[in-house]
Parts: sequence; structure tokens; C-alpha cells
Amino acid sequence: MQIIKDQKIVDDRWTRVLPDEETDPEDVELKPGPLLVSLAVWKARRDELVERDDDAGVLLRADELLDELLDDLEHLALIALDFPYFRDGRSYSKARLLRERHEFDGEIRAVGDVHHDQLTFMHRCGFDAYEPAEFFDLQDALDAFDKYSVKYQPDVHEKNPLFRRAKR
Amino acid sequence: MYAYDEYDEQIVRERAAQFKDQVRRRVAGKLTEEQFVPLRLMNGLYKQRHAYMLRVAVPYGLLSSDQMRCLAHIARDYDRGYGHFTTRQNIQYNWPELKDVPNILDDLADVEMHAIQTSGNCVRNVTTDHLAGVAPDEIEDPRPYCEIMRQWSTFHPEFTYLPRKFKIAFTGAKQERAAVIVHDIGFRIVEKEDGEVGFSVIVGGGLGRTPVLGKTIRDFLPKKHLLSYTEAILRVYNQFGDRDNKYKARIKILVKTLGVDEFRRRVEEEWARIKNGTLTLTDEEIERVKGHFASPEYNRDAADGRASIDDKLASDPQFKLWYEHNTDDHRVDGYRAVYLSLKTPDVPPGDATADQMDAIADLAEQYSLDELRVTHEQNLVFADVEVGDLYELWQKLDELDLATANIGKLTDMICCPGFDYCALANAASIPIARQLNAKFDELDYLYDLGELKIKMSGCINACGHHHVGHIGILGIDKRGEDWYQIMLGGSAENDASLGQWLGPAIAKEDVSDAVEKLVEVYLEKRRDSDEPFLKTLRRVGQEPFKERVYADN
Repeated sequence: MQIIKDQKIVDDRWTRVLPDEETDPEDVELKPGPLLVSLAVWKARRDELVERDDDAGVLLRADELLDELLDDLEHLALIALDFPYFRDGRSYSKARLLRERHEFDGEIRAVGDVHHDQLTFMHRCGFDAYEPAEFFDLQDALDAFDKYSVKYQPDVHEKNPLFRRAKR
Repeated sequence: MYAYDEYDEQIVRERAAQFKDQVRRRVAGKLTEEQFVPLRLMNGLYKQRHAYMLRVAVPYGLLSSDQMRCLAHIARDYDRGYGHFTTRQNIQYNWPELKDVPNILDDLADVEMHAIQTSGNCVRNVTTDHLAGVAPDEIEDPRPYCEIMRQWSTFHPEFTYLPRKFKIAFTGAKQERAAVIVHDIGFRIVEKEDGEVGFSVIVGGGLGRTPVLGKTIRDFLPKKHLLSYTEAILRVYNQFGDRDNKYKARIKILVKTLGVDEFRRRVEEEWARIKNGTLTLTDEEIERVKGHFASPEYNRDAADGRASIDDKLASDPQFKLWYEHNTDDHRVDGYRAVYLSLKTPDVPPGDATADQMDAIADLAEQYSLDELRVTHEQNLVFADVEVGDLYELWQKLDELDLATANIGKLTDMICCPGFDYCALANAASIPIARQLNAKFDELDYLYDLGELKIKMSGCINACGHHHVGHIGILGIDKRGEDWYQIMLGGSAENDASLGQWLGPAIAKEDVSDAVEKLVEVYLEKRRDSDEPFLKTLRRVGQEPFKERVYADN
């Protein structure tokens, strides 16, 4: 699968380990290579995942709390935040808190119902990788990051609001 | 009023260009309607019963004459010759063609206007007191803070997909005219004993299906923390507000579910971590924005006009009625605020024609320092009229059918567009307004009734604010017929309360008779003519009203 990472189209290097709720997380196989796991798998197999040489990442559903991961950020190379439908905006706050408050410098990836017109907001909240939803034209999306040249608010990249930045 | 600088201008232009591209892709079939929905909704474009509806933001209800002329032009050239002013101080057009909307947005941008965030689950147009800046009972003009809030909330990257729409209102006066207690956040400007001015913060009010009066979560917020505190509230709401059920998604439900103390604790905890950060307002920024709302150069001799008006008041009873009911006190001697009634009988409440809008723009230019305001009760205000001009202005407004002397009276109804336009509505509201106007066509009778606010909605979403009407009317659908439920005792002013249902729904043709009975009971029960409807009702209770209305059943 191809994704957008740092505003370029790249191949995804991560293997997913996202078992359904029926499956016991203890039973899933942890193959070599970078693994993106569900929060349930992370909680059950944390020590194993930390001790492997390969990178680990966690996919946090929109209704799962950031608090679950805060003690483990140093062990994670990727946190994927889900958009079950595009109007569910919880992951925007999580991305921003991860970057600004918890100084997470790994990859923050938007997954789920991710569209063209949300990329600019996601980018400003600290996402740096995007898995395209249906109808999503990757090439088109590369133009979608800087929709607005003026930003009133501070964000992850620009610490000051416009009123502190500009002579108005 | 606020004048755009290059930054404000650019953001509105870029938005118009972006939407133009989106409409082009939709018209060319490159976007399905399903994909287009979220894009158009972000631009205030709804699909209604017959056509698209475009809602244009009127920031905190303030318009220049040129902006009003642009609104007239849109009504004339892209719609059917009229527009509808709403309870959120905005204007809606009910018949634009999709292909024309990008041009409309371009025309709006020319006069520093837009449709940004007039729909969608984001921070909507900030509203305020329609007498802001001129009210004699004002602690401080709230409009600079409305503008600061407008800028902060425009395309906020974190809060563009909240659980539900989010409405913020400010008031700076002692008399409540902005209904801040029924908003998601209400900011009331208050003054501490030591003279410091800041805000009391009220959260979780709202109407709709679950009407709630807001709760004060902070008695005093220093001005410089306005944005960081708002950010803390929205961050708590964005993470913990209900996402599963849209009827439980407003912040009022979160405040209710957590309890106001736990909600406050979470907000204060979040705020403690961002307080004193870069969002802290600088004195320079507050002063810069305040500068746009500085007191105009008032005519020092304006009070000299009072003598001529006193003569007219004595000699022309019609003018006297209009003066008493449709003008209001001004903080500067020799000036008055003038209401233009958009509640003329036979016209849907809040509607104005393109010709009226053009004429209003000219009159505002001539008589009121080139500005006007939209009220949340769907009328217009000229805030700065010299008393010496009042007679002439009244005559001109009368010619335009804008001088019906009914402000605050029974026929000054708030009313949603209802089934005739709105896809959500269950029942018509405009025909009920017409029925009430026909029944209560005697102005003398209306004056005798004093302040009596009727608010009517065509469905439980409560756009007509029926829960806070002295008499509230709600349209419902009963097996394909329009029926109406009546509630009594609501108010969104200083004595705020939610109305209580009177009894079973009433058939369409009986609504005005029922209101007449309510009015009769009031007239019989009131202590004297100085006791207003709400006070009598609160004193004697609902029972006598209920007995009379349902006597024949």
C-alpha cells in the first residue's frame, strides 16, 4: 500500500497486527519487521514488543484514550490515530497533545476516513503520515497541505498566533 | 467596525477560490453528492426542501451600508428578491443555484463577508448584544472580543470537527439582550470590585431537543486569558463529547453527564497547562481590535434636536407610538437606537426584500453613521440616530413598511422558516405568524398587553427558540397534519427560565384563538397594567391559563 509521509508518496513499511475483539491478543503471531498493533495487543504483549529489534507502533481508535500510551511513548516509532468517519475529530486533539505536550517525535499517522480536505488541518495538528480513504487521489492530495496561507492560530509547526507573528 | 487587513482578506479570498474549485469538480461530476456534502456544509450551503440554502455570516450582527447593498444585490441577482435574517444574526438565501454560489462568495469577499463556518460541527458565527457599544448600561463593548474570537475560531485546525455545532455569545451590558445563557459558551463581561474587567463564563446552555440553561463555570476570567480558556473548554469537549448520538452531542449534555463540577475540574486542569502560553492576548492586540470599534465622533449638538421632536411627539400620535416602542436609549445624549421592524403583518418574520435592503443601506448611511445591526429577534437596528432626525427617519421607514411599532410586542414574533422552506421542519410556522397577525391587528390592544414575546419553531430543533418565549409554540406532525403545542413562561433574559408545556397539541386553525385566550386570562389576572405577562404567569401559575385554553375539551 502507498501512503503519504512527509508530503511524499511512499510505500508503507508497516505490517498490521489488528486482530478482532474475539481473538485473544496472546495468540497473535508477532512476525519480524515493523509492526503496527492494536492497543489490546500492545497491552498484552508490551514487553515482547519492546524487546524486539524491530519498530513497534500502536493504532489508537478514536474512543481509546491517549493516557493508555503516555508511559510508553519512548518505545513507539508510530502512533496511528483513527478517523472512523471524517466528522469524528477526536484524533486532532490527540495528535496535537502528543506533539506539543508529550513531545512525541515518532510518526503520527491518520488512518480511516481520511480525505483531501482534512489534510491541512491534520498537518497543523501534528500528523505527518496519511493513509488514503476511498476516492482519495494521492497525487492530488500533495497539493492539499497548504490550503490557507494565513493561519490565525498557533499550531504544532507555528508556535505563535497571527497576532504575535505579524505586524498588524 | 472591524476592517479587514491583508491577512483577513487573504483567508476569505482563498476560501472562495477553494470552494469555486470544489463546485467546479461537483458540477463536472468529479465529486459525488455524497463527497460534496461535507465540503458544501463547511461553506454554509444546505440542501433544503426545494433548493439549496446559503447562510451568510454577519459577524456579531454588524453590517456596513455597503455590505447591506451587497446582500441586496445577492437577493436580487442570485435569489428571488429577498433574504431571511435569522436568530443568529445571519442572513439566509433560500433559492441560490449551485453554479452561482462561487460568484456569490466572490461578491461577498469584495465587502469583507463570507459564509465560513455558518454550518458544520464547528464554532459558528459569534453573536452579541445588538446595542453593543451604545447601550447606557454597558460595562464594556463586547464586539472587540467577538472579533478576536472570530479570528481564533476561523479554520481552527483542532476544532473543525467537534461533536456538534458550537455557538458562542458575548454580552457587555447589565440587561441581557444576547441570550448568552442558552449558548454553548456565554461570556458575560463583568467588573470586579477593584475595577478589573473580565468575563464570567457560562457553559452548556442551549435549546433544541433538550433545552438547558447554561451553568457558570468561572466567575471571573481575566481578558487576556479569553482564548486559552476557550481552547481548554473546546479541548475537553472535543475529546469527551458524545460522538455516537447526534442528539446527545452538544456540550450541554457533556456538562450534564459529567456534572458541572467535574466538567469545570477538567477544563481548569487543561487550562492550567496552556494558560500563559502564546494564546495569551497581548495588550497590543486587544487595543488594536478595540481601535476598530472606537466610539465615533458624535455630534455634540445632537441634543438640540430634542425640542423639535418633542413637538412632533405631542402632535403626531403615530410617531409617538413608534418612538416609544421602536427606539431605545443611547449612552450619548441626543442619540437614540432605532429598531426597524421586520415583523410587518403579511411578511414572514425576518424577511427583507432586495429593495428594502438597498433603501435600508441608504438610510443607515444617511442617519446612522453608515452601519446597522441584525438582532437575534430578527429585526434590524440603527444604533446611532440623532434625535433631531427621528421624525424624518420614521416617515421614510414607514414608506418602506419597516416602521410597524411592535418591537417586544406579541406580533414581534421569532419564527423559524418552517415546513415551507426547511427540510427538517415537521410543520409550518409562517402561516401561524400570519394567523396571529390577523387576530392581533389592533396596535392599541398590543400596547396594552405590554412586553409579550412569542417564539415559534416548526420542529423540535427549536430554531425559533420556543423554549424561551413567554409563549412558545412548537409545530408537530400528527398523521400528516400540522398541530401545535404551546408552552408558557420561557425567557432568555436576566430572569432566564425554560417554558413549561401547557397541555395537548392544538389544531392549526385554533392556534390564534388559544393565544387570545391566554391573553384574556393575563388581562383578567394581572395586578395592574404595569405587571407584564411573565410576571403575572409566575405569580398565578399555569392552571388558569390551561383551564381556559382547554375549556371546551
